[in-house]
Amino acid sequence: MTARNRELVGLIPASLLVTAGFAGVFIQRSNALSNISLTYGAIFLGLCLAGHMVIRATLPYADPYMFPLVALLSCFGIVMIYRIDSTYARQQAQWFVLGLILFAATIVGFRDYRKLERYRYTIALVSLGLLMLPRLPGIGDQVNGAYLAVHIPGVFEFQPTEFAKIGFVIFLASYLRDTRQVLVQGRRVLGVTIPPLKHFGPVLVIWGLAMLILFALHDVGSSLMFYGALLAILYVATSRVSFVVVGVVAFGLGAWYIGAHVPHIYARVQEWLDPLSAKLYRGEADGASSYQLANSLFAQAAGGMFGQGFGQATLTIPGTTSYLLPAPSTDMIYAVITDELGLFGASAVLIAYLMLIARGFKTAVLARDSFSTLLAVGLSAVLGLQVFVIVGGVTRVIPLTGVTLPFISYGGSSIIANLVLLALLLLVSDRARRPA
Amino acid sequence: MNAPIIRVFAVIVVLFALLIAWTSRWTVFDAQSLRDNPLNARTVIDEEKIDRGEILADDGTVLAKSVPGPDHTFTREYPTGSLFSQTVGYSFVKTGQAAGLELSDGQYLRGVNTGISAIIGQLGGAAQVGDDVYTTLDPKAQRQALQLLDGRDGSVVALNLRTGAVKVMVSLPSYNDNDPTAPCGAPGCQENDATQAQDVPGSTFKVVTTTAALDSGKFTQDSVVDGKSPLIVSGVALENDGNQDWGPQTVTTALTYSINTIYAQLAQDVGRATMTEYMKRFGFYSRPPIDLPPKELGVSEPWTPATATGRSRPYAPGSPNEDIGRIGIGQGGLLVTPLQMAMVAAAVGDNGTLMVPHLTDHVVNPDGQTILTVKPLVDDQVMKPSTAQAIGLMMRKVVEEGTGQAANLGNISVAGKTGTASIGATGSNQTEPWFIGFAPAANPQYAIAVTIDRTDNGYGGVVAAPIAAAVLQTLRSEQHG
Repeated sequence: MTARNRELVGLIPASLLVTAGFAGVFIQRSNALSNISLTYGAIFLGLCLAGHMVIRATLPYADPYMFPLVALLSCFGIVMIYRIDSTYARQQAQWFVLGLILFAATIVGFRDYRKLERYRYTIALVSLGLLMLPRLPGIGDQVNGAYLAVHIPGVFEFQPTEFAKIGFVIFLASYLRDTRQVLVQGRRVLGVTIPPLKHFGPVLVIWGLAMLILFALHDVGSSLMFYGALLAILYVATSRVSFVVVGVVAFGLGAWYIGAHVPHIYARVQEWLDPLSAKLYRGEADGASSYQLANSLFAQAAGGMFGQGFGQATLTIPGTTSYLLPAPSTDMIYAVITDELGLFGASAVLIAYLMLIARGFKTAVLARDSFSTLLAVGLSAVLGLQVFVIVGGVTRVIPLTGVTLPFISYGGSSIIANLVLLALLLLVSDRARRPA
Repeated sequence: MNAPIIRVFAVIVVLFALLIAWTSRWTVFDAQSLRDNPLNARTVIDEEKIDRGEILADDGTVLAKSVPGPDHTFTREYPTGSLFSQTVGYSFVKTGQAAGLELSDGQYLRGVNTGISAIIGQLGGAAQVGDDVYTTLDPKAQRQALQLLDGRDGSVVALNLRTGAVKVMVSLPSYNDNDPTAPCGAPGCQENDATQAQDVPGSTFKVVTTTAALDSGKFTQDSVVDGKSPLIVSGVALENDGNQDWGPQTVTTALTYSINTIYAQLAQDVGRATMTEYMKRFGFYSRPPIDLPPKELGVSEPWTPATATGRSRPYAPGSPNEDIGRIGIGQGGLLVTPLQMAMVAAAVGDNGTLMVPHLTDHVVNPDGQTILTVKPLVDDQVMKPSTAQAIGLMMRKVVEEGTGQAANLGNISVAGKTGTASIGATGSNQTEPWFIGFAPAANPQYAIAVTIDRTDNGYGGVVAAPIAAAVLQTLRSEQHG
């Protein structure tokens, strides 16, 4: 079977899931069985098939498992979102269409993705600019004390970190490909190689940037995500564990200092440490409220081992439209998944991500040039870390920050950016697996 | 560069393992404590989604039912309002308030989802449906008792003395179950006075003293005791009603006319230990074993006088400090619940056998199967059947010739004992009138206790006895019709 036919067959689980999922939601709300809602599933599957056709036409050798896994996650996402709010599901489907167009455009426009290297400083600067947009007065939008979104009322709203993360990975992959040899040639002090400042400078800049994100944007999650991707690429490029150790220590010190001195982040840490404190839960403590995190845990507890079933979770306070668990379709979607599908369903979702990430790292192994390898490592790592940051926040492994669950959460920026990320991974994969 | 790539992937695998471990923590290991957390609104909402069963009276009258609310929730409605307020109680999940049978029979009313129905319920999203609780309560007799109390604060408890089934349980002041938070015009209106009031029993307690005197063998109904007045008891003069000097009289006459000084001597002669033993057999000194929430049940026992330095508290059973002479006439710090006094009458009427009082008769699940039938259960053999029969005859005489003649109405033969407890400050004419008894005297079926909390010089034989007789007659006529 060719790679592309394997990919086509791989779409079957996604189609089964979308059918079963919508059927489940329909049974729950038998009155909502209308033509419009029934066609959701069909349209979404049609879109997945269209994506497959684009790959079939342009990237014959690309990894056959990535796209079906993304289709599976996206279909799962649309069912969950539909179950939470059908209006959001329609919008999400529209974003998915736009995402697929950009997906196709990326594949066609960057057939030779290595030319991205030429624009690495431009890409880095644009990414940096994007990151700082939410701080701009007028369009910046503060959500729960973090500057995460750009919002122009009535026009659009987007989350620049979703796009900036791709830009930074491209920059780092390109930069470290050039400098990885010189970085390991520095003087050795106490068994640790001190690389020449001239070359290590830009890496320090990234560290500074991660701290800046924390300090200026109050965004723990993005900071962790970017910095983790940097360390992954740096480690693969240099094979020096010492760099990673120093990097982790430097980040830890910085995060500790900022955590203690920036009130918003301090509050988040307090909520994380004791979400079930009645005082924090009721928001009576200064600036901190653990209501959302505590309700996330309550929702997961309600799900138990096998969950309550699709469409069964309690989302709103009876008799009202206010959500028991705030932001169920975005930040908290993992808690809703756990509530309805239990530990098993939630673990299945995480394993699907892990399989996708595994294919990304496999691509990195197969890649024939350093830039491709580092790019694949960076993109896979940033994806994995994003999942870790949001699911870790929702499950109280780390303090909670609002990043999206890739491909599943409601949100245009997220779905578009992650489809572009997938396009880049498929481009690298196609080149890597092309017969010599 | 392959080895580092695999190591980076390994790190990510570890991070994901952490995520699954933490998800397991919340969904499995810590799930129960999270569900039980008082901050968790879901627990309440899930509870609101349970279609609780109905509570019904013995004639099928619905006393409590569930009505659908928004988003598949249910709320409780009490069609009979304040008729059975304290006994049926209420269950308002949203505010976490529950009382009465709604609380004590909660496990049936909520129902349990097990086996197949649980799985189907999960797939179909069907509500958990509770079981219906059929009670022993009799709405007609209850309504009559309420009417006869005529708005006066007080209690009426009537039970089937052969089975322990409670037929009437009235407590005034009361409230409307549908809105327990609404002001009811009187403090403590939510309290079930029938089971938790601390009332002075007065002369009705002489039935207990008679039991101890006769059953212990120290006296017979024909023993003669000097009924002079006043009599010095524990260093303080004790008078008969109107300070009447009765001279030597039989125990039967002493009960018929409620002669205090004779009863004080009976109690003193029988002694603390024997008195305490019989009180315990009747159920004093412990919560009555009725199916109501423990916090709604009072203990009947003697209390120490309140002093300037210390608050009143219960005596240790048989304490040498208690004034056993006055306890023998139902004073001396003795505080009882109306339910306890109904149990006293019931035990005498049932040949000395005290049945466990109960309100739940049977429980029917949503499929119509009876899953529980409460069987009559013996609490204690309080006295020999011969003693019970002798006391029964004496109590019949109280109604025929003595202080309880007002209970002689209609075509029912009542045996009983009046009580007129002095309450309030010395010298005040505030009284708490009582009547306890059973009927029919020849073949007892129902026992009753009636009390009115406070009157100006009202006598038990005048105020409480007619109420008791009327309710007993209703219960009796219903049994035949």
